[in-house]
Amino acid sequence: MNAENTWNSQFRTVKDRAVTALAILATILVVAPLVAIFSYLVYKGASSINLDFFIKVPAPVGESGGGMANAIVGSVVVLLLGSLLGVPIGIAAGIFLAEYGRGTRLATAVRFTADVLNGVPSIVMGLAIYALIVVPQKHFSALAGGVALGIMMIPTVCRTTEEMLLMVPNSVREAALALGLPNWKSVLAITVKTASPGIITGCMLAFARVAGETAPLLFTALGNEFWSTSLNEPIAALPLQIYVYALSPYDDWHRLAWAGALVLIILIVLSVSLVRYVTSRGVLKGAS
Amino acid sequence: MGVGIEVANLNAWYGTTHTLQDINLNIPANHATALIGPSGCGKSTFVRCLNRMHETNPIARVTGSVRIGDLDIYADAKPVVIRRRVGMVFQRPNPFPTMSIYDNVAAGLTLNGYTNRNALDEIVERSLKNSALWDEVKDDLKKKSGASLSGGQQQRLCIARALAVDPEVILMDEPASALDPVSTSKIEDLIFQLKSQYTIVIVTHNMQQAARVAEKTGFFLNGRMVEFDSTHKIFTNPSDKRTEDYITGRFG
Repeated sequence: MNAENTWNSQFRTVKDRAVTALAILATILVVAPLVAIFSYLVYKGASSINLDFFIKVPAPVGESGGGMANAIVGSVVVLLLGSLLGVPIGIAAGIFLAEYGRGTRLATAVRFTADVLNGVPSIVMGLAIYALIVVPQKHFSALAGGVALGIMMIPTVCRTTEEMLLMVPNSVREAALALGLPNWKSVLAITVKTASPGIITGCMLAFARVAGETAPLLFTALGNEFWSTSLNEPIAALPLQIYVYALSPYDDWHRLAWAGALVLIILIVLSVSLVRYVTSRGVLKGAS
Repeated sequence: MGVGIEVANLNAWYGTTHTLQDINLNIPANHATALIGPSGCGKSTFVRCLNRMHETNPIARVTGSVRIGDLDIYADAKPVVIRRRVGMVFQRPNPFPTMSIYDNVAAGLTLNGYTNRNALDEIVERSLKNSALWDEVKDDLKKKSGASLSGGQQQRLCIARALAVDPEVILMDEPASALDPVSTSKIEDLIFQLKSQYTIVIVTHNMQQAARVAEKTGFFLNGRMVEFDSTHKIFTNPSDKRTEDYITGRFG
């Protein structure tokens, strides 16, 4: 009897250790690719990053030096445009799905559309915007690039907003209604606010995903070797510049492409951390 | 000051389930009235009909009339107006998780457009004192989230939140059933103090609790109100056999 107990408890300890080890292993597997990519980028690209990289436009072929100032600014412009379009529409659609449309056919249709849109290859999105905006306008533009990225953000933002709102317990909604708040105010001031950390995470995910997109920009923003901030002109963007430089036959450009990739990742990490920092200020102790 | 409630021919449905059948009763002003009965007997549905929370469920339906003071709540006013006059405390404490203690108490006023800061400070302090929570939280009103309090404190916070909008009636749907005995007795003491100023309707599973806090008690069974009388009479000499069976523990 006693021996059996000891054996059982030993077996449990072994099981516990094994599962813990598996969990740790899985965590390492998740983190390892990121660490590997990042360190390789630093190894390959860090030496080419200097002041010129941030303040100069690309040098013509054959000349050394030059930077990616126009591509950095271009990425910021296109991403801002995309977020201005994708975040409000995505959040509004998510609110509709979770708070107003529950069980209606329209909601089912919207949800289905969002999921399909999420699965549309990004190059197809680029082609669609090419047909819808670039062809009628007869020229490539930053605007078209922003719209392409914005539409790509919508499904992610919409579905995470919905999921996060559904996680808000119904008792919180009832508390708001029982205080005599009209439904719209209860939704905006209570439910959405309660779910906001999750909604912000969803927006950040969508943002980070499209920040690295090249394909939808190929037919829309096109890229630009020169300085441009006009929304009506073709504009450079980091992923496009990296794409062009990496495919080129020049060693100089390869190095700049590595540096560009490193800067792109750093910019994404910085902007995500900034948003997290700004939105987490004023959060109270013990708030869930 | 509290007002009385007159309920006439109240019927309620969830989908096709007839949850409340022909309820008639008069709830006196400035007293505590307890509603007892086994699970699923309709007592929660009944209190939710008193502030029109029942109809927030899309499949729910109500007929009949409820007068709160001079207001026929199903004829004269919109739900939001009624809910500002009839506060509610739920079974599980449900403070707004992202708000500070202060903001939780003030929520009913600030979110309805009340902006007088000084008056607000006063109302928050008075409400927290009336809900016997002030001494425990006065030092971190704006620093701590409502969700960081213990379960019993959270429930008193919810009571303070309901008091802050200055209602005439307070509905409590099993307010202590998720709490430990110490917190429960605090809530009961609170009901005892509050009933001189408000009309309180409390749903409870706990018959001793009904006996301790309420002057009047109603016994619900299968969607009907079997008996409504003074608490003393219900627990010592009920007129209906079913009431007697329930309070003596023969079923339920």
